[in-house]
Amino acid sequence: MSRATAVALAPDVVPWLLAVALVTAAPHAEHLPLWLSLVVVAALLWRTWLWYRRRRLPPSWVLAILVAGSAAGIGWQFHTLLGKDAGVALLVVFMALKPLEITTRRDAMVAIMLGYFLLLTHYLYSQSIPTGIWLLAAITVLTAALIRLHGGPQPIPVLARQAAVLLAQALPFMLILYVLFPRVSGPLWGLPQDAHSGLSGLPEQMSPGSISHLSRSGAIAFRSLFVGELPEKSELYWRGPVFDDYDGLTWRPRSAATRQPKPALAPVIVAEGRRYAYTTILEAHNQRWLLALDLPTSLPPDSALAPSLELLAREPLRVRARFSLVSVLDYRANVVETSATLQQALVLPEGLNPRSRALAGEWQSRNAEQIAETALAMFRDQHFYYTLQPPLLGSDAMDDFLFTTRRGFCEHYASAFVFLMRAAGVPARVVAGYQGGELNPVDGYLTVRQSDAHAWGEIWLAGRGWVRVDPTAAVAPSRIEQGIAAALNEGEPLPVVVRLDTAWLRQLRNRWEAANNTWNQWVLGYNPQRQRELLTRLGLPDPDWQRMTAALTALSVAALLLVVLWSLPTRPAIDPAQRAWRRYCAELARRGVTRAAWEGPLAFAQRVASERPDLAAATSEAAACYAALRYGRAGGEQLRRLQRCRYGLPPRRRRKA
Amino acid sequence: MRRLASLPRCLFRLRRDEQLPIVLTQRRIFILPTRGGVLFTVVLAVMLIGAINYNLSLGHALVFLLAGLGIVAMIHTFRNLYGLRLTPGRAEAVFAGELVRFPMQVDNPHQPPRRALEFSFAAQPVVTVNVPAAGHATLAIPFLARRRGRLDPGRLTLSTRYPLGLFRAWSYPHPMLSCVVYPRPIRTPLPASSLTSDAGRHQGEGGQEDFAGLRPRQISDPTRHIAWKAVARRSDEQPLLVKHFAGGSAEELWLDWSLTSGEGDPEVRLSILAGWIMGAEEQELRYGLRLPEHTVLPAQGPAHRADCLQVLALHGQPDR
Repeated sequence: MSRATAVALAPDVVPWLLAVALVTAAPHAEHLPLWLSLVVVAALLWRTWLWYRRRRLPPSWVLAILVAGSAAGIGWQFHTLLGKDAGVALLVVFMALKPLEITTRRDAMVAIMLGYFLLLTHYLYSQSIPTGIWLLAAITVLTAALIRLHGGPQPIPVLARQAAVLLAQALPFMLILYVLFPRVSGPLWGLPQDAHSGLSGLPEQMSPGSISHLSRSGAIAFRSLFVGELPEKSELYWRGPVFDDYDGLTWRPRSAATRQPKPALAPVIVAEGRRYAYTTILEAHNQRWLLALDLPTSLPPDSALAPSLELLAREPLRVRARFSLVSVLDYRANVVETSATLQQALVLPEGLNPRSRALAGEWQSRNAEQIAETALAMFRDQHFYYTLQPPLLGSDAMDDFLFTTRRGFCEHYASAFVFLMRAAGVPARVVAGYQGGELNPVDGYLTVRQSDAHAWGEIWLAGRGWVRVDPTAAVAPSRIEQGIAAALNEGEPLPVVVRLDTAWLRQLRNRWEAANNTWNQWVLGYNPQRQRELLTRLGLPDPDWQRMTAALTALSVAALLLVVLWSLPTRPAIDPAQRAWRRYCAELARRGVTRAAWEGPLAFAQRVASERPDLAAATSEAAACYAALRYGRAGGEQLRRLQRCRYGLPPRRRRKA
Repeated sequence: MRRLASLPRCLFRLRRDEQLPIVLTQRRIFILPTRGGVLFTVVLAVMLIGAINYNLSLGHALVFLLAGLGIVAMIHTFRNLYGLRLTPGRAEAVFAGELVRFPMQVDNPHQPPRRALEFSFAAQPVVTVNVPAAGHATLAIPFLARRRGRLDPGRLTLSTRYPLGLFRAWSYPHPMLSCVVYPRPIRTPLPASSLTSDAGRHQGEGGQEDFAGLRPRQISDPTRHIAWKAVARRSDEQPLLVKHFAGGSAEELWLDWSLTSGEGDPEVRLSILAGWIMGAEEQELRYGLRLPEHTVLPAQGPAHRADCLQVLALHGQPDR
């Protein structure tokens, strides 16, 4: 074991430790409070100044005060010291303050280990390709610092190269372990409360502004790869939550109890058109809905179709999920519906929006389809305007919108339409989800962004069941046919990625997103299920952990041998002249003359000439050539002559005679 | 119990190396994780649990990459010693209380350079050396000589933590090394010279008293005999001239064991004798040494001094 000698630190190690602290702490600045980042920067600058001026390190009580102060600040900021964010913040502070107390090599080693640990915490926030690349560079810096710590001063490029070589040799082990290490899914214990903060997606309830707010994000909601051809863009309605409870301002799903899928209320979907099979990679959104194409007929495992025709997973999606689905676009859904559901689909808050109720009351004599058509015609023919920035509405929101402002986003139109339907006696509800998507020609995936978030209406017709009606299509047909960028005017706050007009920029974005998709699926999405699939494809069917461990061990040993062969030196190459001379001497030894180890070539040749005149000619030539090669400036010609000399010797048999 | 005591000898193949150079083969190199390596393992285990718990795919990748790094570091640490050739040299004699420097040549027959090789004798200071690719380096391994006599420094420890400090590889080469350690000199006034001046026997040799002329300088002549005035008068092509003395009493000083008091402690008496030898040499006296079992005839010069000091150093010790 190691001896407990405290090796003092050379001054030129300090910049390495500062670099370690910097590369491991810097990316956290993005989500840490500003004051904490300033503390970190100040600590690093202070240490740099102390190093530059060759000052003494501060006494330990100063550091204790700094640590206690920062911890108190973190506790105040996050209201805890145990959560994910607070824990990371504490680690960052330790990392920044640690260089202020390092005096021995062992301390420095501890700091670098802390750095390695801190690298892991970056993945809590991002696992994108740039994060991966940055961390690879950071590992190189940390490893170079370790090499500097234990190998003495060397130029920075040399250290960096050595670190890179070590990491390159470690790569095979990483690949083997990554593929074969038995994966365990899910948390081992409860995660802190804030573990899944920052996931965005469709809202749990819909009030004016909740969808248009989402539309300002260019983030990807999900990607879908279709088997065979794609449906028309205007047919791409991705079904999310269904809202059927209106309080005059906000649409909510019915009480949580009735949302649980019950077998008694199993929805009935009769397919009337072709089926589309596709695989969706859904980003984590911390909700249960799975965004199937309206409507799904074949469900992925661990999911169920709610009575409201929502496809729900058993647990909220906290990691990116990949599942396969089959949907039909022409269907009859729930032709027989429970009266409770239909009753719920007619409820309106009492006393609000008298003008809208009066308008809808005029339509009550017509049949349901005509009523819907009338409402759509109103949106189409009167001066309604589609915008992300509608004016605010008063307490009679529907009246204000339908008769005064007439400017709104899809949630306004869907909500007004459903209101009018209910007021006219047609069962109706609001459906939120996404509409459209953009095909990425690089990998063939249909990309759906948060900016494609949408809301539409759904009415129940006797004999036809639930029928989708999208009032936005009446107001702004280009929204449905071409996408949101085409439907909105210049100056609307849309994300840049959606607005891209230039072809090459669009191309660049497509390539980048396709690369991300591959990364997400094969690197990040490598879960127990994917592991099983891959191993089966690699000829290890039905792998259990024992066989996986056996394969893991065998391959690791193979990789170990490979690295050993690569790095352990073999016998050094012998100079060809020396080899030829040794061979010649070995030939002579067989003929009874052995060269002593201390004998030079020319002295040896003289001795041979006196002892064995029959061997003299060849030996003197060989010796002359060898001497010229070793000590002079002879070239290939002499070498060839030396190599031939051995064949010029008289045959061995003659010696016996 | 005896078996247990011999365990390290079996395990580490502790024996003297008769053959030179000492080649570090894989059977002589041992390797274990350091405290840093243990810490690294613990950190990796915690990281793996974190990666599983938070379902971080890249976290898995990071942990596995670092695990691979650990394995690779082990190979590199081992390789840092593998195949080295050690050729010890002869150490110069020192006085007790001084550092002996055992010279050592380290040959690296292979391509990768070797770094941070730490040489030390048991409980002695450590010296670190780097050896270039396919080259060699020489170093002096210190050993604090505490007692006079023939010093056997015991086995060497050659260890390294390069490159990452996660592992420590070491070897126990045990070359045949020894060094003479003179007694620590105690300076006391020289004893009165025993006036056994037999001028007849030393007639031809250089006396100390009568100036007998000038002669070309030889290397062994002391510098204070150089006739600077005479040299200055001549052109500079000529060799230096020294004053030549003759006749007089070539006084002989016998440094006798019986003249030392030393309160009966033989080590102190040896130290006093050593001090006298140094003093006599400084004064350029001819001196001889007389010990109970050994006598060195009077002479003068560094070689004579070394002879005398060695006799003192090995006094009472079995000859080897």
